[in-house]
Amino acid sequence: MRLIKNPILLVLVVLLTTVASLSAQVVGKASKGAFLLKNATIETVTKGSVKGDLLIKDGKIANIGPNLSAAGAKEIDCTGKFIYPGFIDGGTNLGLVEVSSVSLTQDSREAGDVKPFLEALTAVNPSSVAIPVTRVSGVTTVITMPEGGLIPGKAALINLVGYSPNEMYAGFKAMRMNFPSSAARGRRDNRSEEDRKKEEEKKFKEITELWDETKLFAKIKSASAKDASIVQDYNPTLEAMIPVVEGKMPLFIEVNRSSDILSALKWVKKMGVKAVLTGVSEGWRVADSIAAAKIPVITGPVIDMPARQSDRYDRPYANAGLMSKAGVTVAIRSNDTENVRDLPFHAGFAAAYGMGREEALRAITIVPAQIMGLGDRLGSLEAGKDANLFICDGDPMETKTQIQQVFISGWEIPMNSRHSLLYDEFLERSPGVKN
Amino acid sequence: MFKQSLMLFLLLTVSALAAQVEKGSIHIKNGTVLTVTNGILENADVVIENGIISRIGKGLKTPSGAKVVDATGQFVMPGIIDAHSHIALDAVNESTHPITAEVQTGDVLDPLDVGIYRALAGGVTATHAMHGSANAIGGQCETIKLRYGTYNPSDLKMEGAPRTIKFALGENPMRVHGEGGGLMSRTRMGIEHTFRRAFSEAQQYLAAQEAYTKEKASDPTAVAPMYDRRLEALGDILKGDIIIHCHSYRADEILMLMNVCKDFGIKKLVFQHVNEGFKVAPELAEFGAGASVFADWWAYKFEVYYSTAYNAAILTRNGVVTSINSDSGDYIRHLFHQAGKTQRYGKLTDNEALRLITLNPAIQLGIDSRVGSLEKGKDGDVAIFSAHPLSVYAIPQMTIVDGIVRFDIKEDSNDQRLDPDPEKVDMMMLDYDEDHRCMEGTGEALLHNH
Repeated sequence: MRLIKNPILLVLVVLLTTVASLSAQVVGKASKGAFLLKNATIETVTKGSVKGDLLIKDGKIANIGPNLSAAGAKEIDCTGKFIYPGFIDGGTNLGLVEVSSVSLTQDSREAGDVKPFLEALTAVNPSSVAIPVTRVSGVTTVITMPEGGLIPGKAALINLVGYSPNEMYAGFKAMRMNFPSSAARGRRDNRSEEDRKKEEEKKFKEITELWDETKLFAKIKSASAKDASIVQDYNPTLEAMIPVVEGKMPLFIEVNRSSDILSALKWVKKMGVKAVLTGVSEGWRVADSIAAAKIPVITGPVIDMPARQSDRYDRPYANAGLMSKAGVTVAIRSNDTENVRDLPFHAGFAAAYGMGREEALRAITIVPAQIMGLGDRLGSLEAGKDANLFICDGDPMETKTQIQQVFISGWEIPMNSRHSLLYDEFLERSPGVKN
Repeated sequence: MFKQSLMLFLLLTVSALAAQVEKGSIHIKNGTVLTVTNGILENADVVIENGIISRIGKGLKTPSGAKVVDATGQFVMPGIIDAHSHIALDAVNESTHPITAEVQTGDVLDPLDVGIYRALAGGVTATHAMHGSANAIGGQCETIKLRYGTYNPSDLKMEGAPRTIKFALGENPMRVHGEGGGLMSRTRMGIEHTFRRAFSEAQQYLAAQEAYTKEKASDPTAVAPMYDRRLEALGDILKGDIIIHCHSYRADEILMLMNVCKDFGIKKLVFQHVNEGFKVAPELAEFGAGASVFADWWAYKFEVYYSTAYNAAILTRNGVVTSINSDSGDYIRHLFHQAGKTQRYGKLTDNEALRLITLNPAIQLGIDSRVGSLEKGKDGDVAIFSAHPLSVYAIPQMTIVDGIVRFDIKEDSNDQRLDPDPEKVDMMMLDYDEDHRCMEGTGEALLHNH
C-alpha cells in the first residue's frame, strides 16, 4: 500500500472512513421509481405460481406477465428467485413498544379500562429500531394494537415504511375489546373463583351499559344535528363507540378460552357488531361453532405453550389448521413486537401441523387483507394492487431462505437493520484482540 | 422362614432395581443419520444396547430383545441438549442474598413437571437445570436427563456430569439486590466487587484449611477452621471443580468477568445469553470461554437493545464454542427451529447449526464424551424427525433417552401429566407462560425477564 504523504489528504481519508462507519448505524433511504423484476417464479397466492416478470410503477404492481419491458425501469434479475406478496401480521405492538421492560418506552398500555378514543396510530414511532428488523424479513404490513382494560382503543394497519404515522397508515382501523373472562390470569392470580366470576359479571354489565349509552348518545347526536336547541355533552368515549355499536367499525374481540369463545359468539350475534375474534388459542375446541357463526379469526402466536397442562403438546401449532379445516376463516398473527419477523415461522409451524403450506401462506397474506376489507389492494400479487412484495431465494417460511429485496408501496427498501449492520461491523472486528 | 427370605430377596431385588436408572436396547433402522461428528449416513441404522450406542452402519443385525424402530424416510440425530433451562425445578431463585453458592437446584428437581415431556416432544434429551439470575453468585445447577416417567427426582440427574454454578451480571442482580434490597450490587462496579470479595474470601478459606491439614500432622489438638458450605463451593470453583455458567448481556461485563477469572486462575467459564458476545468474540475465543445464546431474542430489556440475531454466527466464525439455549418452557420445545435461524442470520452450514444444540452445549456442560453426537460408545440419546430437523416443516417423531423411548408421537396419549389431581379441573390460564423463567420466584417475574 502506498503511504499517504499529504497530511490534509490523510485527515480527509480518516474523516471519510469515520463518517462511513458512523453512518452504518442508520439503515439508509428507501427509493421509489419503476422496477422491473425479471424471470422470477411469482407466487401470486390468489392466481397460483407463474413464471415471468413483474413491473412496479407508481407504488403499484403495474403488470405481471412474460417478457415485460418498461422504459426507464430499474431491472432486477430474478432468475431462480421467487417473488411473494408482503406478509401481513394481524396483531402486533410494533412501533408502540421499544423496550418492553422500560415502561417509559411503552406506549401500548394506557391507564383506564374503557378507552375507545385512543388511537394506536398516534403513538407509532416510525423510527422504532424494530421496524427495519421486521421488514427485511418480508413482513411489510402489520396491525399494531393498544393493550389493557376492557376497551384498549383503536388498532391500526401500518406499512413498515415512512417517516410519519400518517405516511405509514395503510387504511384500516379496528376497535379492540378484551372479552370478559372468569379465567385466572396466571398462577399468581390469587382471586377466588367466585371473585373472578363476579368481576366477569361486572364487566358484562359495563359493556351492556356502554352499548345502551352509546345508542342514546347517537340518537341525541343526530337530533342535535337537526335541532340547534338540543345541546350534546362532550363524551369522547361514547363518540368513539358509535361506529362500533352501529356495526360500521370492526370490533377485534380478544378471546381465548373455549367457553369464553362460545359466549363471545352469542354476544356478537345479539349485539350485531362487525366482529373479528383475535387470539382464539382454544378455537380448536369449538371450531365448528366459530365456523357456523361465520366470524373470522386472527389467531396466534402459533409457536406457543399449550393453554392447559392437560393439553396435547402441539395444540398451539395445530390450532390454526384445526379451525381452518372446520371452515373458519383464519389469519395468523405473531402477537409480538421485536420479533414480528418470526411471522413466517409461525405460519410454517401451522403448515406442518395440519394447516398445509398453501393455507398457511394465505393466513399471512390474502386472508388478513380480506378480513380487513382490503383484499382488492393487499395480500396477493395482481396487477393494480399495492407493490408490497419481496424477492427471496426459496421458501420464505424456511429459516434457511434469504430474503433479498423488499418493496413496500413501491419503495425499494434498504435491506439493512440494526441486526445486519452489527453483523457487518463485528463479523471480523477491527481492531481485533492482537492488533 | 422361607416366606421371610423370599420377602427379603424381593425387597433387595426391588431396591437394587430402583437404584438403577432404566436403560434399554433399540435398533433404529434405515434412517438418514445426522451424526454431527462424522457426517451424514444415508439409509443407516443406529443400534443401542443397554443404553449405549453399540453400532452405527448399514443393514445391522438386531440384538436379541431390542425394540425395532423403522426410520425409513426419517432423520435421526443426537438428542438435543439445552444448556440453559428451568424445567423440572420446584424453585429457581434463592434470591435472599447476592451470593448463594451453597444451594443446589439438584435438591429441588421435580420429575412430575409435564414440561419435561413437552421438551422431549421437541427432541430434547438433556438439559442444564439452572438456578435463576437474581444473584451475582447464584446456586449450583444440575445437568439432567429427561427420563420422564420416573417419580424419583434423583433418577433425573445425569450421573457423573460435572458440577456447574450460576453467576449473573447486569440488570437482574442490580435490580433484585441493589434496587430491591438496598445492598451492593446496585451497579456493574458492585457486581465486580462481589466476585472479587467472594473469591478472595474463598482463597483465605482454602489457605486456612491447608494450614490446618499441615498443622494437624504435628499437632493433634489443632482446631479445624469453621466449615462453611458457601466457601466450600466457591473454593471448588477456584480448584476448577465447578464450571461457571454466567448470565450476561453486555460486552463490558463479559470482559469484566473474564478479567476476574484470569486474576483468580479460573478457566472453566461459559457465558449464558451473552447478547453482546459478538462484540467481544475475539476475547471470548482467546479466553476459551463458551457462549450459550438465544437465536433471536432481543429488546425485551435495555441491556439487550443493541443485539443482533447474527450473534451465534459471529461467535462461531470467531472460534467460540457456541450453543443455542431456550431459558423457556416454550422455546425448549423447538430448539431445532431456533438453531435453523442461524442459517437465516449468518448462513451457518447444516452441521454447524446442529452442533449449536448438540455437541457444543455438551462441551459447555462437560458431558461431550458421553452425549452430543451419534458415535459408538456414547449414550443412547436420540431424536427422530419426519424431515431434516432444521426445516420448519420437521416434526419430532420419537425421542429416546438411554435407549428408552420417552416420546413417541404415534403412541402417546394427549394428556401426559404423571399426577393429575382428579379433584381439580385443569383450567386454562390467560397468561400461562409465567414459569420456567430466569427470574421465577423473585416476585418480579415479568414476561420476557430473562
